[in-house]
Amino acid sequence: MLLKKRERESAEINGSSMADIAFLLLIFFLVTTTINVDTGIGMVLPPPLDPTEEPPPVRERNLMKILVNETGLIMMDEEPTPITEVQSKLIEFIKNPEASEELAISPQAAIVSLKTVRQTPYRIYIDMLDEVIGAYAFLRNEAANQNFSRDYSQLNKDQKEVVDDIYPKKISIAEPDPE
Amino acid sequence: MAHFKKKQAGTKQEVPTSAMPDVVFMLLFFFMVTTVLREVTLKVKIDLTKATNIEKIEEKRLVSYIYIGPERLPNNRLGNDKVQIDDSIQEDIGAIRQIMYDKLLEEQRMIVSLRVDESSEFGLLTDVQEELKKAQTFRINYSTKSEATRN
Repeated sequence: MLLKKRERESAEINGSSMADIAFLLLIFFLVTTTINVDTGIGMVLPPPLDPTEEPPPVRERNLMKILVNETGLIMMDEEPTPITEVQSKLIEFIKNPEASEELAISPQAAIVSLKTVRQTPYRIYIDMLDEVIGAYAFLRNEAANQNFSRDYSQLNKDQKEVVDDIYPKKISIAEPDPE
Repeated sequence: MAHFKKKQAGTKQEVPTSAMPDVVFMLLFFFMVTTVLREVTLKVKIDLTKATNIEKIEEKRLVSYIYIGPERLPNNRLGNDKVQIDDSIQEDIGAIRQIMYDKLLEEQRMIVSLRVDESSEFGLLTDVQEELKKAQTFRINYSTKSEATRN
């Protein structure tokens, strides 16, 4: 008589420790994860200029030339300006509320040219760029409130395009002169 | 007295734990997906500057980084400003064009995030930008920390 003595082992994998394994992995990923959002100033570079081609003509009054030297002193259209006044001057230049002959014909035509020297610390350059972007952000917000009675950040894509067309961001980063 | 037998709720006292592995797995997958393990080792010192009017980069997959800052030397000394792409320092500025162009071919909507040390000079940055223009990578982002709004 051959009686099977051995009890059959169950064919299933023991799953009770699965939670522990999952926990262990979870803790590992929790610790290694860094949820840091990248923030910064977005720009679009222009295509490289053909050296044989002349740059397109720009009328003097539509161009706001900002020069920054390596110590952070600012010239705006040949006038020394403290950094605190840059933004208000830019807004005046772009909007030109009194239709002055000296300032931009229209916000669409206004171009802000930022020029600095090779020795300028990056910090000063970014501060300057920040002011220019800030001026445009202010104007766009104002236009958004006028047209859609809402802040710029709350507009939808089409509405943003409308506002962007009123105040196109035309910033030119000029190359510094070679030494 | 038998009449005043304490009434007990018929339900069991334990919390059912059978769904716990599922919950944990769900969390696990979330963190696995969000984790970015590929961090480069910086060979240059980067202290980002601050700015007010900044925007977030939503799609991190599109971003490739260029680091500019003083080179880290042994004994905590700092050398000249150098450009680092991925894991190596690029001595030859002219080589950046090819590297960035190759990256652009892989991802057409690439954004170049320039992480520049606050004290490095604009000159080197402008050289790099010239190379980026030639490589047709026009979308850039000056990486900055956020600064509380003034006014």
